[in-house]
Parts: sequence; structure tokens; C-alpha cells
Amino acid sequence: MNELQQMLDDTVTRLFGDLVTKESLQDAETWEESEAVWPDALWRSVEENGLTQPVTPEIMGGVGANWADSYVIARAAGYYAAPIPLVETILGSWLLSRCGLTPPEGTLTVAPVREGESLEVDANGLSGRVTSVPWGRRAGHVVVIARGGAGPIIVLVEGSSAIIEEDCNMAREARDTLIFDNALVVDSAPLTDALGRNPIHLYGAMLRAAQIAGAVQRVLEEGVQYAKDRIQFGRPIAKFQIIQQYLATVGSQSAAAGAAAQNAFRAADRGDPLLDIAAAKVVAGDAATTAASIVHQTHGAIGFTYEHSLHFSTRRLWSWRGEFGGEAYWAEILGRSVARRGADALWSDLTARQAGL
Amino acid sequence: MPSLHFEPCDLPPEAETLRGEVREFLAETMAGYPVAKRAKSWVGQDRDFSEKLGARGWLGMTWPKKYGGHERSMLERYVVLEEVLAAGAPVGGHWIADRQSGPLLLEFGTEKQRQLICPRIARGELIFAIGMSEPDSGSDLASIRTRAVKVDGGWVVNGTKIWTSEAHLADYMVALFRTDTDPDDRHAGMSQFLVDMTNPGVTARPIRNITGDLSFNEVSFVDAFIPEDMIVGEEGGGWKQVMAELKFERAGPERYLSSFILLTALIREISQNPGERAAVTLGRLVAHLGTLRQMSLSVAGMQNAGEDPALAGSIVKDLGGIYEQDMPKIAHELIGADPMLMNGGDFEKALAYVTQASVSFSLRGGTREILRGIIARGLDLR
Ligand SMILES: Cc1cc2nc3c(=O)[nH]c(=O)nc-3n(C[C@H](O)[C@H](O)[C@H](O)COP(=O)(O)OP(=O)(O)OC[C@H]3O[C@@H](n4cnc5c(N)ncnc54)[C@H](O)[C@@H]3O)c2cc1C
Repeated sequence: MNELQQMLDDTVTRLFGDLVTKESLQDAETWEESEAVWPDALWRSVEENGLTQPVTPEIMGGVGANWADSYVIARAAGYYAAPIPLVETILGSWLLSRCGLTPPEGTLTVAPVREGESLEVDANGLSGRVTSVPWGRRAGHVVVIARGGAGPIIVLVEGSSAIIEEDCNMAREARDTLIFDNALVVDSAPLTDALGRNPIHLYGAMLRAAQIAGAVQRVLEEGVQYAKDRIQFGRPIAKFQIIQQYLATVGSQSAAAGAAAQNAFRAADRGDPLLDIAAAKVVAGDAATTAASIVHQTHGAIGFTYEHSLHFSTRRLWSWRGEFGGEAYWAEILGRSVARRGADALWSDLTARQAGL
Repeated sequence: MPSLHFEPCDLPPEAETLRGEVREFLAETMAGYPVAKRAKSWVGQDRDFSEKLGARGWLGMTWPKKYGGHERSMLERYVVLEEVLAAGAPVGGHWIADRQSGPLLLEFGTEKQRQLICPRIARGELIFAIGMSEPDSGSDLASIRTRAVKVDGGWVVNGTKIWTSEAHLADYMVALFRTDTDPDDRHAGMSQFLVDMTNPGVTARPIRNITGDLSFNEVSFVDAFIPEDMIVGEEGGGWKQVMAELKFERAGPERYLSSFILLTALIREISQNPGERAAVTLGRLVAHLGTLRQMSLSVAGMQNAGEDPALAGSIVKDLGGIYEQDMPKIAHELIGADPMLMNGGDFEKALAYVTQASVSFSLRGGTREILRGIIARGLDLR
């Protein structure tokens, strides 16, 4: 880790460690019968510490760091299951800045326009319906990519300009449907070519991969700790070799998810990260599946209770692996690209893509 | 809990320059080399090829010049390793010597042993074997029974090593023998020796493996006399040295690139316009391949920085084994081939070979279960 990364890591560890508690996670969940509690203190300190716009240039109010540095923030957001739109704000701000727009303060979210959905923008405003918008109801502003007359446009609107149908993922994190009907456009610009056609989807996948890597590390640690504490047959279950072998498997998966996600962030700094991000989402998604099932097995019945905190991480793993495209979606993109390039190009493409500087 | 973090490693520009040179060399030297042979990867044998690599300065790369080395970085060496593996070059002749026997001698050997052996390894002239396993001692290596008894001027050895790769071709073996039958600690009382395979008391008998190849051996020692200056390192220090050696053995890119030729053959088979299922499957394989490469490179970076790669190497080998054993399974499911050994095409032959060989990937160099035990220890579970 370089100095900046170390500093960011220290900050997020302290901050999330203090402020993301089991109670706050519980309160932040969406239930039919009760209102989710917004962890205001958490959000404010994240903002005060400059964690919401790490990759936005300084002249636009950001930190001016790169993606490789910001990896530690996204990973920590996953490790601690921080119930706030942090990575969404990081992404939205960066996209705006890359298109020459100054990001607003406060919470931002990005709308992944999924297959079959579309958003249109014209002189009257923004219109259309998008589902599964992370933290939609909490977003001060929403960043979307809409169809304009001359091509894709990045559009910033206020969250309050949408009609909101509340929904949530398996982790009961807000994933809302937003309906825009000639919503007032706060700012807009043509989407910068270098960002590719659907950067919300792409970089959203990258950020989720980092969150998954963090959450896999978290469940690994919980599994290890539980195995040392739980006594059966007169000894800690960690003494049973099968438990050791299970957790070693999670250890390897955690290392792989971290390596793949970090590589994707580094690729994002280099440019043209499509295939690295695809690989990261696949590897992280696979790790999520394996880790969640093994760590639940290790925990026995207590891990199946709402009372125990394991599920705050495992339900996020199951949710995040699908968000912004699941393993099959990204594997298909990667696979088609590899097939198109042909067998002889695979090795040189791989080494060139990961060649570093 | 210790971190399982793999720090990303950037290759320096000189390593990328070197990559170009290696590719050019391989394109030339390997032209027309059949896929079925390439699929054997690092267990393929060709002394001539090894000597050519040596002549280019690509063996013993990191060693001091005075021992025939080239004083290049671990990262430059890594590039050569991954390039020859990806090409399916027949590197079996020098692989063990370059990877572990040479480094072992440089670390623990006498000046005379280094002078005698290392320059010749670096020239690609010497094939080495690793004499660790015995009929009754596999995973439980500390239970070995082959004995070296001290006599005037040296040692007399009796016993049997088994599964010794390339022993029938090898010039030397680095062997672990028991030199004290009644030590206080079960990890004490073992020592390593440099065994000249022309020794009349040493006989290597090849054991055919399931692929039909003669590659590993049973090696018997019958009153084999070993001169005293052929003990490697400290008497009784064998266990510690073997553990150091296994780090070299487990950390390399061969632990995920053994089946690369099958992957490229599979890509040819599914064509440039695959169906959805083929694309998804291929993409998943390549996602894991790319990640394994990142991790393997990170291990090389650790070695370059002088850090201990034991835990990280075990993780890569564990994941590499899963990936490589999935590959023939996936190729089988996707293509549904019925590989013919005589008249089958390249893909069929590669598939047939890797299907059979891959069962050994999670055995040799330490079984999956043993590696996971090491990882579990890294997690502080034992
Ligand atoms: C192709 C090939 C090449 C080889 N080359 C060499 C060589 O050059 N030199 C050399 O010295 N050896 C070599 N070996 C031997 C290799 O190191 C051994 O096969 C390996 O150490 C396992 O020993 P074993 O085969 O006796 O199996 P065993 O140790 O008998 O193991 C059998 C099964 O039991 C499991 N097991 C054993 N102990 C435990 C435990 N404590 N906990 C859980 N499970 C356990 C193992 O994981 C395995 O699944 C080679 C092997 C192969 C397949």
C-alpha cells in the first residue's frame, strides 16, 4: 500500500469500525412494516473525511486520487457492510467530472439502466423508468445515462424529481424503482467517449467486486473466529480437520477475489478496463458463493438466525454478486471477446493487459 | 489474523523487453512442435531445448555470475518461466534443477558443490531429481526411513525413494535421508545429500503412469556410498532445508499453467462465434486464469522483495489445482468429445492428456489437503 492508500485505509477502518454497528445495520434495513433508519452520523463523517469523492479532481471538490487508491474505500465499504450509497456517490461524482460536470454535494446514486429499460432526455426533461436503483430514496441527486438526440447523455437530476417505488435486495438494502416524467435536468453533457457505452454498469460492477472482496474477507474472519470459539466433542471445532479445510478454501477464495478486484481498479486507471472488470466480477461472484455457503456451514444453526450478525455479510454477498451483472453475464462478455480474438492472441492479450505501466 | 492479501506487482520495463526476446526465441525454436507434446508442458523433456535456453542466459537467471548465473531479477525470471509454459515448451529437463536444486545448493551447499553444479545447471546440462517421497512416506515426509550411515569418508545409504520424477534421466538427485534413527524431535535426524545418479548402488526403475508415460520412478539404494563432501547443508538440518526447497517448488506459475495448451485448443474448437453456454464457460475460465496470473506474479514480487512466499504459494497452488482440474471437465462437457489417442486431432489429444494428468496436479508437490492445512495454519486455525 502506498501512503495515501494507507491513510485512506486507516480512516475507513476507524470510521466504519466505530459507526457501523449491528444496530445500525439492522435499523438501516428495508422492511414492509417499518421505515429504514438513515445512518446520518455515518454519512456525515464519511463526507467530512473526503471519502465520497476520492477520484473526482480537486478543482471539482474531490481528492484527486486514482481508482487504485480508492479500492481500499470500496473494499472497506464491503467489509463493514456500510449501509450508505458510498460507492454509488464515488462513481456518480467521477462520471460527472469525467464529462466536465461538477458533482453536487451530498448523497448521489447511479441508475443502472437494465435490459428492457430506457431513459430519454430532451428539452422537456428526463423521462423513463428504472428499477433496482441503489439507495434511490436516499439520493440527493441521481446520475443517469439517457438517450438524447445526438447520442448518450449523462444527466444529473435531483432525487426528489423521481416518483419512487420502494424495493430492496436480499440484504434489505434500498433498491428502488425510479420513475421520471419530464424531470428537471440539473446538469447534463454528452457522455465522454472514453467511458464506453455503459460506464455505470461497468464501473458499478467493478465497485461491487471490491465490496464483495471485502465482505468475503469479513465472513472468513467470522468463520475463523467462530471455529475457535465453538466447542463440540470437548474441543474447538477449529480442531476438526474438515473445518480447517473448509476455511482454508474460503481463505483462497478471499485472496482471489481481492486480487481480481484490485487488478480491475488498476486497470481502470490505465484505461480500457472492460475485460479486467468482467474477470473481477466473475471471480468475486464465484468467491461470494463459495464463501457464503462454507461459512454458514461452519456456523451451524446460530448462523441461520437473524440475531447473529453473519447474515449482514452473506446476504450482501448474495445480492452484490448479481448487481451490475452476475457472473454469467460478465463471463459471456469475456468469453466472446476471447473467442473473437482467437486462441493465439489469448496469452499476449493477457500479459499485455496486465503488463502494468 | 494474518492477511491473505496479494500485493499487485508491476513488471519493470526490462522484463517486458525480455518477454519479446523470449517470444521470438520460442516462435523460432518451437515452430512445428506438435500440440499433443506441448500439452505435456513442464514435464516434457528435451535436453537440446534446455541447452538452448541455457545458452540464451535464461537458466539460473537470478544466481551470482560466479556460479554461472546472470544476476537478473526474480521478475525477469518469472517472465521467462511464464512464457515457456504458455508456449508448452519442453522444459522438464531443467525445470527442477533451475527451480529448486540450484537455489538449494546456493543457499545451503558448500562452495565446491556450487562450483561443481550450478554453472552446469545454468547451461541446461543437468537434470535433477527430488528424492523425498518413499513407499511408506508421502504426505508424512518426516517418517522417511531410507538411512544414511556414517562410514569412513562418507555415508552408506540403503532404502527406497519413490515417485521420483525424471530419476531415470537425471544426472543428480537431491535426496533426504535419515541420518539419526532416534532423534528427540521427529523433524530432526534427517539430512540432504547430493547423489550422483551414476552411483552403482543407485538404481532408478521407471514406473508407468496412467497416461502411459514413463516419468516417475522407484529408486533403490543398495549400500550406495556417498562421499562425505556430498552432504548438503548441515547434518540433521534436512527438514528445515526441505521446507525451504518446497517453497520454491510450490510458488511457481507451473501450478496454473500446466493445462494452458488445452485452453487454447478449446478456444480453437469453440470457434470465434461461440454459443452462449460456450462463451460463459470460456469467460469464466479466463477470468480465473487472469486472476491466477495476477496472484502468481504477486508471489514473484514477494520473492523479489525477499519475502516468504510459503503461504501465498500454497494458495496459488490450491486455486491453480482447482482451475486446472475444472478445465478438462469443462472441455468435456462443452465439446462432448470422445478423444482418440491415435488419430484424434490436437484438441482431442490435449484433452486426453490433461484429463488423465490433471489428477496428479493436486498430489505432486504436496497434496491439496496438505496445502489447505498450511493455509489453515496461516489463518491461525492450527
Ligand atoms: C506425478 C507425480 C510426480 C511426483 N514427483 C515426485 C518427486 O519428484 N519426488 C518426490 O519426492 N515425490 C514426488 N511425488 C510424490 C508426491 O510428493 C506425493 O504423492 C505426495 O506427497 C502425497 O503422498 P502419497 O502419494 O504417498 O499420498 P498419501 O500421503 O498417502 O495421501 C493419500 C491421501 O491422503 C491424504 N492425506 C494424507 N495425510 C493427510 C492428513 N494429514 N490430513 C488429511 N489428508 C491426508 C492426502 O491428501 C491424499 O489425499 C510425485 C507425485 C506425483 C503424482
